[in-house]
Amino acid sequence: MGTLNLLIAVCLAYVALLFVVAFIAERAALRGKAKWLRSPIIYTLSLSIYCTAWTFYGAVGFAARSGLEFLTIYIGPTLVMIGWWWGLRKLVRIGRTQRITSIADLISSRYGKSPLLAVFVTLIAVIGTTPYIALQLQSVTLSFGSFSANAPEAAQFGDHDATALWVAAGLALFTVLFGTRNLDANERHHGVVMAIALEAVVKLFALIAVGIFVVWGIGGGLGETLDKIDASAIGTWQVPDGRWAALTLLSAAAFLTLPRMFQVLVVENEDENHLRTASWAFPAYLMLMSLFVVPIAVVGLDLMPEGSNPDQFVLTLPLSQGREGLAMLSFLGGFSSATSMVIVAAIALSTMVSNHIVMPIWLRVAEGGAMISGDVRNVVLLARRLSIAGVLALGYFYYRFSGGGAALASIGLISFAGVAQFLPALMGGIFWRGANRVGALAGLAVGFVIWAFTLFLPSFGPGVFLPETVFDTGLFGIGWLHPQALFGITGLDPVVHSVMWSMTLNTAAFVLFSLLTFPQPLERLQGAQFVNVFQHTGNPQGWSGGVAQAEDLMVMAQRILGPLEAQSLFQRAATAQGLAGYLPDPTPEFLQLLEREMSGSVGAATAHAMVSQIMGRATVSVEDLLAVADETAQMMEHQSQLEAKSAELTRTARQLRAANEKLTQLSVQKDAFLSQISHELRTPMTSIRSFSEILRDAEGLGQEQLSKYASIIHQEAIRLTRLLDDLLDLSVLENGQVNLNIRRGSLTEMLDHAIASTGVTSEVLRIHRRGLDLDIEMETDLDRLAQVFINLIANAKKYCDAQRPELTIRVAQRDNYLVVDFTDNGSGVPRDKQDLIFEKFARVSDQKAGGAGLGLAICREIMARLGGAITYLPGQGGASFRVSLPMRLKMAAQ
Amino acid sequence: MSRKQSPLFLERRSYRLRRLMDGARLMPFLGAALWAVPMLWTREGEAAISTSRAMLYIFLVWFCLSCLAGILSIWLHGKTETDSLAPKGEK
Repeated sequence: MGTLNLLIAVCLAYVALLFVVAFIAERAALRGKAKWLRSPIIYTLSLSIYCTAWTFYGAVGFAARSGLEFLTIYIGPTLVMIGWWWGLRKLVRIGRTQRITSIADLISSRYGKSPLLAVFVTLIAVIGTTPYIALQLQSVTLSFGSFSANAPEAAQFGDHDATALWVAAGLALFTVLFGTRNLDANERHHGVVMAIALEAVVKLFALIAVGIFVVWGIGGGLGETLDKIDASAIGTWQVPDGRWAALTLLSAAAFLTLPRMFQVLVVENEDENHLRTASWAFPAYLMLMSLFVVPIAVVGLDLMPEGSNPDQFVLTLPLSQGREGLAMLSFLGGFSSATSMVIVAAIALSTMVSNHIVMPIWLRVAEGGAMISGDVRNVVLLARRLSIAGVLALGYFYYRFSGGGAALASIGLISFAGVAQFLPALMGGIFWRGANRVGALAGLAVGFVIWAFTLFLPSFGPGVFLPETVFDTGLFGIGWLHPQALFGITGLDPVVHSVMWSMTLNTAAFVLFSLLTFPQPLERLQGAQFVNVFQHTGNPQGWSGGVAQAEDLMVMAQRILGPLEAQSLFQRAATAQGLAGYLPDPTPEFLQLLEREMSGSVGAATAHAMVSQIMGRATVSVEDLLAVADETAQMMEHQSQLEAKSAELTRTARQLRAANEKLTQLSVQKDAFLSQISHELRTPMTSIRSFSEILRDAEGLGQEQLSKYASIIHQEAIRLTRLLDDLLDLSVLENGQVNLNIRRGSLTEMLDHAIASTGVTSEVLRIHRRGLDLDIEMETDLDRLAQVFINLIANAKKYCDAQRPELTIRVAQRDNYLVVDFTDNGSGVPRDKQDLIFEKFARVSDQKAGGAGLGLAICREIMARLGGAITYLPGQGGASFRVSLPMRLKMAAQ
Repeated sequence: MSRKQSPLFLERRSYRLRRLMDGARLMPFLGAALWAVPMLWTREGEAAISTSRAMLYIFLVWFCLSCLAGILSIWLHGKTETDSLAPKGEK
């Protein structure tokens, strides 16, 4: 009796401690001193509500029955956590930007704020979670029972039903007190989170303490315990592949979709960065939780009498060894696991039930809809409190009804499989924009029906919900509708069978209906918001403006948010719009803000419905969507135009730069030439003047000297004339006033004539001719062409700087064009001069005085007149000029 | 709405960060692959894997994955925001 009294005293003291912790945390949060509440460690610990009494007690039982298979329950969540960068980060970001209050809210919000979907998800969640709550009640009751077995005089604890009722009532009270104290805009419950974080530490500590006691206290050390494990009934690896994979997948799915996990993971999340810590700390927590499970199971099987419940080994093993203190700690661990799960699950479910079922019904029943007077907040709070009581009552009745006989693990798996049906709609919703409401509804319906038929209803046993004939011959006597062998595929494990069929067909229906149907505009807007949450965190343009009365909105907001919050919200909005007072213009932005604030209290679907009641019109039309899309398209077009223009400007700038460079060079050339030409003109003029003065003034000059001086004057005069001729020639050519004298003639003859005219001898310049085996007959202005050839040969003679100058003349015919290349073996024309040599007065070097730099310019003009061209040919090992002209002038002229 | 065109190549720091994000994305696949290994083990006869060895393997994987996730989380410190600037699809 002493033990039991102590147990009850400890239990009450523990609950009181939780109350105090939760109370202090709430107070601190209210005062804004909640920094320590917002640490990532608290977040990680709060995730540990995944480890319920099922984990604490049930895992040992699970291990004792099926070896290492229990690990799948922890491996799934571990994979999800270490893969936080994929899914969880996105879920949390969406949850924060969209003010999501529950998983039903998220799914309904994603699919166009559909109330129907919200109700459906809520119902599945309630049905799926009820067995789980029953499981917690059962485990607490069982653990009381384990103590009472040791103290038989305490008969009242033998009455399991009464214990369960007391526990359920106590938990409901605690949850109501801390879960519904206020309608926090973000649905955060600091007190509860703090309490469950403390419980997380207690249960981990308790399980590890029992584990250490079992391994080193009873087992005789690590090595001996491992030997014992290998020698036991579960000594070898015997997990079926199908169950190993299916249960891992199932637990991973459930980790994301269980309402209570969604509550702590997404809704209670304070800071996205907390996920970083949780990504490694939570897997480590799970690892520690499961580390000692197998040793406890094996030692329990070894020491405990035949037929004792392995689910209670954590408790009964220390008790049997007379360690009541340790047993007490272990009991507190199990109690913590059960209570934390029930509290959070009840909060999550009650939020869903009140937001998505009670509130819409109440709003519809109450006359005037959103316009009625009175504070809605009281109604919401009352609805939540009743929902919490209702959820716990359901759990209690399930416990009574199912008789509490089934093994903990199997109940837990049924629950997992039920909520896992949300996964396709959830994941599809945040990764696939094409997912739509009809698809989500179809998938959920198919998955739910199959789960209920193959796993949930059969779990009550034959003859309770499903008549025995169904188990014998299938539904309606149809063989392939057997609940554990659908479509005639037998031999599968019932859980694997149900998970496989329900998830496959759920996903298939979801995808198929999404592909086949067309979403509403609001769904598409929300879809874009959810899937691309990282790209634009701005608000969706949900409200297209209207004539809502700001006063009506104020009345409504006051009732949901409370007068103080609503007034300050309206005032802030009015100030932002530049208005004085409390009533802002109902702009789309303001309506968006208001709806979001309200959705924190009553859920997105209800908030949306209430605002649209006042707005009195559909919120988004196809035209609005198109307008948004059109705007985007216009902007993109504008941008591409700008880009094209900028590219064009760059191109023009480059051309201008090149032209400028050339002009500068030409100007420099011209300046250089002017000094050159004046020098050229002056030199002969000077000698002519001086020699003619000598002839005039000097006396007694001999005949020989006379003729010498006269011939000098004559030569210089000729040089002057030639220069002037060249200039005249060029100007005539440039002005197009030249008359061509077209004749037929032989190329060979012309070349001979040109070479002869330049007076080249083989000592001065060796000339090789190539390609002149056949004489070529051509019709052109032969004199002009010869002038070009002469010029080129003379240039080679003058400028070729090789030791033994050579000139190669290569003739070829191409496409009715005659091509003559003049290539010498000198150093050629430098790259920077090549562009300029055909310009007037251009000279490659100043050292070798020669002509005035007009020769090549004249050549170019001549060739242009003849319909051909002269170009510099780079890379021939010397200066190389190519003369090309049509074989017949007429043809080119055509 | 008009999305700024992200550069084709990144400086070394952002490049490293992107590869770390890739690493973080690959973690669950690594875990799944390592934990799928037990499905290859034989169950019957003398060659059956003993539970203690199976535990050793599974918990070792667990420990390594936690450490890896911890290291990655340190490196990805405070960088989550930069990701929001660069759309996921463009790397």
